[in-house]
Formats: sequence, C-alpha cells, structure tokens
Amino acid sequence: MIGRRLALGALMTGFLGACSKVAASGPGANLLGAVERWNEAAHRLITSRTALAREFDRSDISPTFRGNGNTRPDAFDYAMQEASGFAGWRLAVTGLVERPLSLSLDQLKAMPQRSQITRHDCVEGWSAIGEWTGPQLGPILRLAGLKPEAKFIVFRCADNFRGTPYYESIDLVDAFHPQTIVAHRLNGEPLPIKNGAPLRMRIERQLGYKHAKYVTGIEAVASLADIGKGKGGYWEDSAGYQWYAGI
Amino acid sequence: MAPPPSPPRRHALSTRLWHWVNFACLAILFMSGLNISNAHPHLYWGEWGFDPRTAWLTLPEFPGWATIPGYYSLAEARLWHFLAAWPFALGLAIYLVVALWRGYLRDFILRRDELRWSTIVADLRQHLKFDFAAHHGRFNLLQKYLYIAVLFVGLPLMILTGLTLSPAMGTAWPWLLDVFGGRQSARSIHFIVSWGLFAFFVLHVLAVLFSGPIGQIRDMITGGRKPAETTS
Repeated sequence: MIGRRLALGALMTGFLGACSKVAASGPGANLLGAVERWNEAAHRLITSRTALAREFDRSDISPTFRGNGNTRPDAFDYAMQEASGFAGWRLAVTGLVERPLSLSLDQLKAMPQRSQITRHDCVEGWSAIGEWTGPQLGPILRLAGLKPEAKFIVFRCADNFRGTPYYESIDLVDAFHPQTIVAHRLNGEPLPIKNGAPLRMRIERQLGYKHAKYVTGIEAVASLADIGKGKGGYWEDSAGYQWYAGI
Repeated sequence: MAPPPSPPRRHALSTRLWHWVNFACLAILFMSGLNISNAHPHLYWGEWGFDPRTAWLTLPEFPGWATIPGYYSLAEARLWHFLAAWPFALGLAIYLVVALWRGYLRDFILRRDELRWSTIVADLRQHLKFDFAAHHGRFNLLQKYLYIAVLFVGLPLMILTGLTLSPAMGTAWPWLLDVFGGRQSARSIHFIVSWGLFAFFVLHVLAVLFSGPIGQIRDMITGGRKPAETTS
C-alpha cells in the first residue's frame, strides 16, 4: 500500500512538474496564451457583435450587490469629491479623438439613458444581479469622434492597488455594444461607493474585472503596449488575468 | 484457421487515442478546477450567489499537490482549464460520432432483462465478490451502466455546465441558463459532476487493478487481441 502511495505521489509530482515545465517553456506559454484567443474567436464566431446579455426582471435582483476589489479609493481627492456629493466629478474623453471632452455628471445624466438588469459574474465564481442606469458609451465616443487609428478604449480610474492605478480596456466591438454603459445608478439609487461611485463601466458580456469602477477618463488608443505594463488592465498586468474575459 | 492479415483488436485505435487524450485532459481539468474552486469555495443554487453565508456547500481549500498549478493562481489555473477543455470537448464529440458511425455504441445497449432491479442487484453482488467474469457481450452490467452514465450524461454535462459559466456564452446560448436553472446552479452541477467523474475514475482504476492491470493497460495502448466470442 505504501509502495502504491509512493508511486502515486511520484506520478503526481512528475505530472505537476511536467505542467510547470510546459507553462515555463516558450511554446508552452504561447500555447496557454493562444487559448485566450481561441475562446474569443469562438465567441465572436457564434455571437453577433450586438447580441445582448440576458436582462432580468426586477424580481430577480439580488438583495445586495457585493463590492469587490477596491471598495473605497483612498486618494484625498476622492474624499473631497465624496464630501461634495461628486458635484465636481469630470469624465475626460481623450486620446485618438477629434474633439476631446470633459463631461460633468449632469451632462452624462442629460444624455439618453439606458437601464438594464443584468447578472454580474466575478472571475472568482460568484454572481449578483442589479439594475444599472447610464448613457451608452457608443454615443459618447461618437460625440468625441474616434480617429480611424483608434482600436481600443482604455478606462482610467480613481482607485489604486498599493500605488498602482486601476485601469481596464476593451476593443471597439464591446465599446459600441448597446449594453456597454457608463453607469451612475444601481437599483434606482446613485451608485454606492463600494460599487464604483460616481461612475463605473458595464461591459456585460465579460467578467467583473473588466467593469472598471471610479472612472475618471476614457481614452482611445491604437495599442495597449504603452499603457501600464502593456497587458490591457491592472489585473492583466499584475496577476496574468486574461484580457479577453468572456469566459 | 489462418490468422487474418490484421487481427481484430480488442480496442479500436480511435478508442485508445481518445482514452489517453481524455485521461490527460480530465486530469488537467480536474486539478486546475480545484485551483479555481479555491478562489470562491462556496456553491449556490439559482442565477446569483455571492455571500458565503447563503451557500449550500462550502468546500475545503484544496492543497497545492492536488491543483494545477501547484500554488494558488486563478489566472493560470483558468488558462490550463481552457487549454484542456478544447481537446476534451472536441475529442468527446469526435469519439461519439466515430463510435456511432462504426457501431461501437451497440455494446452499450441495455437488454430488457438488464433493466430489471433483480438483475442489477445480482450483478452488484457479483462485483462485490470481485467476480468480473460472467457477462453477456462485451461489457458486464455495471460497466454498461457506468459507461452510459459517463459517456452520455457526465462528460456532456461537464461541457454544457462549463459553457454556461461564461458570460459571453450566456449571450450566445441563453437557453443553457434555463436548462440548468441559472449560472450558480450550473456552477454547482459542474462541481458535483466533476466529483462523480472522479469517483468513476477511482472505480475504473480499481477494476483495472483487480482484472490483470498489466494486460489491461497494454491492451489499451497496443489494442490487444479481440477475445474469443463470450456471448452466450
């Protein structure tokens, strides 16, 4: 029995060793990286660019909406903003655009609004359902006028992890998706601080870490290589999470 | 009788290839899945669930020796999971088509008397006495039931519940969410069935150990010789 256990242990160790060797080798790492692209390609193949994530009824809304990651930015500026009810908050639209914008919350609320009751799926595995309200990102980008070389939209945020600012990015398919909104309300109330007050993104066909909170800026870029560490988002840079988070 | 040019094999090449590809895929899927479970080891029913106090099951933390990679990394475990999921799903689909095409699935058809409770109990008794010899056709009754459960229920359920967890797939095929009663239900089923498959793996290895393991493994690699007709 001991011999069998030893053999099993040796087999497991060998298997794990082989796996870490594969992951560390150039082709192995490429293969693991390629999987993300297969997933994205397969999803794009079987869904239309504008296919909607399921929208639920009010009765499906979860009793609370969990706050995860940063639940309160620690910057002094943010505390000042909070004290004034975010009256001075601006959303900058910059980068590869014809007309850079700086929008106030009132201006965003004056635009046509979309409300959607959707399920939020965290990469960790949990889900919550809430009703989000805000202007669609597409019309904001059209107002600013994307230059033809713009390929990605980057979201700049007021929160940071030990000094490294949070950011996220999406491609233009998701940027112009009808359910991609700059939300300022959750369940009919102003966005709670733990959920990203005063503005957060909703990228409904992807996992939670793509839905940047405490958004201060929207930047159109041609490449993600020069932003942060070049992987397209805080968690992508710092822990190797997948940039395409549709699965 | 002169031997035919290529003697009939006990296991077809497609069966053997699929068996070992599947073994590697399932090992990676299970072990990376345990790493993923460590990220939020709580299971819920319905569409939503996020508060561990409302979980119907809270799991232990799975140790590094049982997970891929051997330390906690949700990001890397997810990549391993998807890397193995592609050949696993495509392999199952191809195997089922080939097996249907070439008639291997006939071996799984249950005869009328094999549906009777008394027959099932008698077969279980025989197994508990480690008597695997007496059976009609290719497989004995327990094998038939287990292989049907694994091939047509367990493995397809893993793929379908796994797809249901993807928000993009929920957009593409929302009916999957309805089939399983919501994303968190699909996640619970995904976990339960994965342990069901692990239990099958244990039984399968035990059966091999008690029925001449060297010959069994050799035949699953080389194909072996088709045994003389054992049907009554």
